[in-house]
Amino acid sequence: MPEDAAAAIGRAASTSFSDYIASQNPTALPSARNVGSNGSGSSTELAPHATTIVSLTYAGGVLMAGDRRATMGNVIASRHIEKVFPADMFSVLGIAGSAGIALDVTRLFQVELEHYEKIEGTRMSLDGKANRLAAMVRANLPLALQGLAVVPLFAGFDTTRRIGRLFSYDVTGGRYEEQEHHSVGSGSVFARGALKKLWKPNLGEDEAVKVAVEALYDAADDDSATGGPDVVRQLWPVVYTVNGAGNRRIPERSLAQAAQEIIASRSVSGREA
Amino acid sequence: MTQQFYVSPEQLMKDRADFARKGIARGRSVVVLSCREGIALVAENPSPSLHKLGEIYDRIAFAAVGKYNEFESLRQAGVRYADVRGYSYDREDVTARGLASVYAQSLGAVFTAESKPFEVELAVAEVGLHPGQDHIYRLTFDGSIADETGFIVMGGQADAVVEALSGRWEAELDFAQVIRAAVDSLSYDAGTSGEPRARLDSATLEVAVLDRDPLAARGSARAFRRLPAAEVDVVLATDRTSS
Repeated sequence: MPEDAAAAIGRAASTSFSDYIASQNPTALPSARNVGSNGSGSSTELAPHATTIVSLTYAGGVLMAGDRRATMGNVIASRHIEKVFPADMFSVLGIAGSAGIALDVTRLFQVELEHYEKIEGTRMSLDGKANRLAAMVRANLPLALQGLAVVPLFAGFDTTRRIGRLFSYDVTGGRYEEQEHHSVGSGSVFARGALKKLWKPNLGEDEAVKVAVEALYDAADDDSATGGPDVVRQLWPVVYTVNGAGNRRIPERSLAQAAQEIIASRSVSGREA
Repeated sequence: MTQQFYVSPEQLMKDRADFARKGIARGRSVVVLSCREGIALVAENPSPSLHKLGEIYDRIAFAAVGKYNEFESLRQAGVRYADVRGYSYDREDVTARGLASVYAQSLGAVFTAESKPFEVELAVAEVGLHPGQDHIYRLTFDGSIADETGFIVMGGQADAVVEALSGRWEAELDFAQVIRAAVDSLSYDAGTSGEPRARLDSATLEVAVLDRDPLAARGSARAFRRLPAAEVDVVLATDRTSS
C-alpha cells in the first residue's frame, strides 16, 4: 500500500514554484545567498542600488514608473537599469534596494505566477499575488539585516473588483495596501510630495503618465541617487500601466514628450526650487 | 509460502502493453497538427475544465489521451521540469526534446517497474520560427519516443482518424483550415463501419494553438492559446467550400 493518501493531497495543495524549488534545489533561491558576516564597509558601496519607484491609480487602472539610475555609494553604477517589470498579464512590480537581489526576486516572482497559472489553469487572485510577494520579501530578511534589503512596490488590476490596487512592503514582509498613490526608494519622500499635489481622482492615462514623470523629476531634483530624464542620451523613465486589458509599457516617444514638456515648463518659469 | 508461477518476460511485457493499449483506446482521439501559422491541438472533450491539452512553456504544449489522473500528474511534472530549467538556466534552454526524453524515461521506468503501466499516450509539441523547425514528439506508455512530422493522432480509433486526415491536411494551411480538417476527421473516431458521426461542435471540442510569432501577435512570449468556444464556433461556421 502506498503512503498515506492524505499526504498526497497535502503535497498537491502546494502549487508554488518557490516552495518546489526550495525543496529540490534551495541554493537557486535568491534568499539562499550567504554573504557571511557583515564586515567593514557598507553594502551600499558593494553592490548597485536601485532607487525611486512611483505608482498611482488612475481612471480604470494603475500605473508604475521607475527612474533609470543605479548607484554604488556615490558612483553612478548604471544609467540604463530598469526597475519596473510586468509580473504577469495583470500586474507589475517595481523594485528599490539592492539591485542584484531585487532582480532575482522579480524573476522568481514572475515564474511563481506563471507556474501557478499553468498548474491550476487559472490566474492567481490579486491578493494571492500580493501575499506571495510578501513571502519572498520575508525570506530575504536575513540578507536585509546584512544591508541587502529589497523593497518592492506591487500594483495590479483586480479582475473581480475591476479596480487598480497597489501594495507596499517592508523588509519583514509586511504587506500594506496603499490608496491613490505611493512611492518607495531614497527619492520617495520628494516624489510623494509631488504626487500629493499633482494626483487627482479619475486621472486619464495620459495625465497619469505626466504626473508620474513629474514626480520622478522632483525626486531626481533633490535625491542624488535618482536619475532625471536624460535628454543627452534620450533616456526616459520606464512606465507601465495596468488596466482591464492587461499591462502595457508606455512607448518611449510618449515619455520623451512628457519629460520634455516638464523640462520646458520649468525652464520657462525659471524658478530655483 | 505460496509458489509464484513463472511468467516469461515476453509474456509479461505483452500483457502490460495490451492492458495499456486497451485503456488508451477507450477514450476519444486527440490530434496535433503543424501548419503555416503554428501548431494546432484539437481534442474531443466534453468537459470544459478537465483539459487534455495544456501549456508547458513559452513555445511548448502538451496533449494527452488515456487516464486523466495519470496524464495530469505527468503534465504537472512537465511544467515543473520546464520552469525549474528555465529559471536556473535561461528561458531558451527549455526544449521539447529535453522534456520528451524526461517523459520517455519516466514512462519507461513505470512500464517495467511498477505494478501497472500508465494508460496514457502523450504528445509534446514545440513551435519553431519556421514550419521546418516544428517538433512533435509522440510518447507511448512503454517509454517509446518518436519524432513526427506533419500531424499525429492519438487514442480512440486513431487509425480511422489518420486515414480521414491524411487527405485533408497540408503543411500550407492556416489555423482555421487545419482545425476544420481535424474536427471533420475526428468524427470518423467511433463512427460505425467507416461512416462518420455528425460533426462535432464547440461544446464537445477542446482546441488550442501554438502561435508561430506570439510576440508580434500579442506582445507575449507565450505561444500557447486556448480557443474559447465562441472562437471555435466562428472557425467551424466558415463554409468549408470557401477554404
